[in-house]
Amino acid sequence: MNPVHTRCDVAIVGAGIIGAACAEACAAGGLNTVLIDADFPGGGITACGMGHIVVMDDSAAQWALTTRSRELWMARATSLPDNIEYDACGTLWIAANRTEMDAVEEKAAMYQQHDVHAQILNSAELARAEPELIAAMSGALLVRDDAVIYPPAAARHFAASAAVLGAVMRFGQRVQALEPGRIHFADGTILDAERIVLAAGLASNDLLPNLPLRARKGHLVISDRYPGRVRHQLVELGYLHSAHASDADSVAFNVQPRRNGQILIGSSRQFDVTDTTIDAPLLAQMLERAVGFLPFLRDVQVLRSWTGLRPATLDGLPLIGPSTQHASIWLATGHEGLGITTATATAELIAAQLLDRPCAIPAAPYWPARFAAEPTNVAT
Amino acid sequence: MSIEPTLSTDILVIGAGPAGIAAAVSAAECGRRVLLIDDNPQAGGQIWRGTNIDQGPVSARGWLQRLESSNLQHINGCRAIFLADSNLLIADLHGQRCAIRFEHAILTSGARELYLPFPGWTLPGVTGAGGLQALIKSGLDVSGKRIVIAGSGPLLLAVAATARRASAHVLCIAEQTRAKARRNFAFGLWRHPGKLTQAIRLRAQSIGAPYSADAWITQAEGDDRLAAVWLKHGTRHRRIECDLLACGFGLVPNLDLAQMFGCTITGGAIAVDKSQRSSRQNVFAAGESTGIGGIDKALIEGRIAGFAAAGSADKAAVLLAVRARTQAFAKTLAKAFALRDELRTLATPETFFCRCEDVPLSAVRAMPNMRQAKLASRCGMGACQGRICGSAAEFLFGWRDTASTRPPFTATALSNLISPSIEASQK
Ligand SMILES: Cc1cc2nc3c(=O)[nH]c(=O)nc-3n(C[C@H](O)[C@H](O)[C@H](O)COP(=O)(O)OP(=O)(O)OC[C@H]3O[C@@H](n4cnc5c(N)ncnc54)[C@H](O)[C@@H]3O)c2cc1C
Ligand SMILES: Cc1cc2nc3c(=O)[nH]c(=O)nc-3n(C[C@H](O)[C@H](O)[C@H](O)COP(=O)(O)OP(=O)(O)OC[C@H]3O[C@@H](n4cnc5c(N)ncnc54)[C@H](O)[C@@H]3O)c2cc1C
Repeated sequence: MNPVHTRCDVAIVGAGIIGAACAEACAAGGLNTVLIDADFPGGGITACGMGHIVVMDDSAAQWALTTRSRELWMARATSLPDNIEYDACGTLWIAANRTEMDAVEEKAAMYQQHDVHAQILNSAELARAEPELIAAMSGALLVRDDAVIYPPAAARHFAASAAVLGAVMRFGQRVQALEPGRIHFADGTILDAERIVLAAGLASNDLLPNLPLRARKGHLVISDRYPGRVRHQLVELGYLHSAHASDADSVAFNVQPRRNGQILIGSSRQFDVTDTTIDAPLLAQMLERAVGFLPFLRDVQVLRSWTGLRPATLDGLPLIGPSTQHASIWLATGHEGLGITTATATAELIAAQLLDRPCAIPAAPYWPARFAAEPTNVAT
Repeated sequence: MSIEPTLSTDILVIGAGPAGIAAAVSAAECGRRVLLIDDNPQAGGQIWRGTNIDQGPVSARGWLQRLESSNLQHINGCRAIFLADSNLLIADLHGQRCAIRFEHAILTSGARELYLPFPGWTLPGVTGAGGLQALIKSGLDVSGKRIVIAGSGPLLLAVAATARRASAHVLCIAEQTRAKARRNFAFGLWRHPGKLTQAIRLRAQSIGAPYSADAWITQAEGDDRLAAVWLKHGTRHRRIECDLLACGFGLVPNLDLAQMFGCTITGGAIAVDKSQRSSRQNVFAAGESTGIGGIDKALIEGRIAGFAAAGSADKAAVLLAVRARTQAFAKTLAKAFALRDELRTLATPETFFCRCEDVPLSAVRAMPNMRQAKLASRCGMGACQGRICGSAAEFLFGWRDTASTRPPFTATALSNLISPSIEASQK
């Protein structure tokens, strides 16, 4: 058998929202690009996520990546196809008590200092903004420019736009193995690529072992249509601090209005759980928490629940840059619960570095090399 | 510690149609503890629901009386929602969550109608065939209304009979199957005397309603509600003004429960062995959910499943020959009413393929499979969770929607997914 043999500048393995966005940016930069997926664009974890485009401030690097990403989303919002359902509904970070209200004030000051729109709502203003929310809340931080999208359609769109820019699509083709400069497909064919970008989510580990990646499982529930009952993405401020920060199983109030009136209800986090079945007690706990904030949810009709495994790293930041194993094999993965948001700046960082162009934000905080000094498999 | 109301039983039967009633009664006769649940306010399933125990057809009366006098536990208004573990079912009982612990389960959840998209199929005034029957049985006034019944299968006759009894004008019954196939089916009925009498009775009651084979719906017209339908009859087109169109293209097994229990599905039905046992050791299935075959098959399979689940397989042995005949009948039925290719091309690009999410056919036609179509267009993600468009896609494009086995089986109040023990611990 004579294997089909082709060449390209950059081959991107994985057409989730991350890989698809990278393909678009690389093709736009004039690189001869191939985008590969075992299945089809957006069919992986990208199909399981909530699609909240959100600025987060756990660390300076996270802040830089999420604010830049959101800027890039906003810049193209009006040119996105309708089926991406881009809805700039904003985020309300709900403060349940006085201490959390102090945090709201700190945040507001920090956001404003960086020219990111943020507004403090007191208890009464919050009640007007979200009439269904229980009255006992102290207030909230409104982050006006956060948005909601439908992620699988976005991945599809990025891939289609990469194709228009000349990238070659190879879907339904599983990559079996990588070596520097060369991709081996499961069907025996080979593709030579000067650089490889591995964006296969958690499965990246199968192709490049010992990556500092671990699964962080999440549950979601979708309701029937209740237009207007929830108006912003609602997240409890406690989400940032307490439960979700630790390694223990946790739930938090995180609820999203879909454009068609459906309500998407999250969220849960479990480290290193890799089966995707519903954990009924944890699901119950998550829903109970949501009802605690939005009592009307108790009576809504729910249609379905599902889970997804977020590709997480050990420090909460993604892996964007050359791998420590081979200089020509790059990584674009480990985005955990922010990959929908940060796909845009990730793609920008990858393309800029591959093309030796200046980056819009410092690239080093996301380089995989930051883990090189540490033992790679801390989790076990 | 749970404060949840919990029922417990040896044998749990889910669905109180003919199959479920026969299964439950048979298992109870063997001395086992049996619990029969159904999500409707009354037992009887699709065919016997609303039957008056003193007046209905003989076999219905017989079984409903046996159900009454049996010492099994029987709860209506109880809908299975999800499986908490392999022996614990969570159900919605009149809006309240309850838990049911069981040793063996018998799935008798029946079938649903197949709807196919055609221009105008979402207009008010267009219903399913069985859907109209159910509406009439639950009190919809159709007297004097002009009704066209279209689609395929013996159910069309049953609907016509119900409509006529309710004083509607049935203008036409349009059966898509070719006249020859149907004649062969009618001859085949001689081997199934029970069916024949039923068929004749139904025909007799629907006399006065013109019955056309080789005729199928091509379009429903109207501005904001149905005004007329277009039928194709052989090579001719006909327009008929009417108030209601009842349209169904046969039945498809309900598989959601079986998927949730992890039972193997083959050829679009629950796979069972000769004692009606599924691929799961403690789960049996009977009736339409193991393959469309009508009431006789449902009853005999139900009895066998009931005996087998009760551990009295010997009692089931004598029933096997009868079952073989009803299963042969099911095959004849499927052949006689096989859907014609023309039905695959009724919808235009603008016709809604998924009526819950308003997804036009054009948005999905180029897709290679249901999952990809779903993610790209959101078809099947609405209220019915792809029950309608998923079955249609199977016929139209040959797509199988691969197991979506996540709770809940069907839409339910969110509170039903919250376990009371957790509530208690947080208070
Ligand atoms: C419950 C939940 C809620 C979330 N909510 C949000 C949110 O609100 N906002 C947000 O920003 N993020 C959210 N996320 C996170 C977000 O979904 C992920 O970070 C993001 O989708 C990751 O995208 P990806 O492209 O890295 O991975 P994937 O989408 O999994 O893509 C990887 C692709 O690689 C392909 N692949 C794998 N192996 C191979 C191989 N050997 N050969 C070829 N192809 C291969 C797969 O087919 C797949 O398409 C959420 C995640 C979860 C689970
Ligand atoms: C709409 C419709 C109308 C029909 N009308 C006729 C007719 O007039 N004459 C005729 O000969 N045949 C008719 N049939 C065919 C009918 O299916 C069979 O004749 C026979 O009733 C099959 O018996 P069964 O017990 O297998 O299923 P069914 O009679 O369908 O009984 C299944 C029962 O299970 C219940 N159920 C399903 N899921 C759950 C759940 N999750 N929790 C609790 N309960 C559940 C259903 O509500 C139903 O009561 C009709 C079928 C349909 C779909």
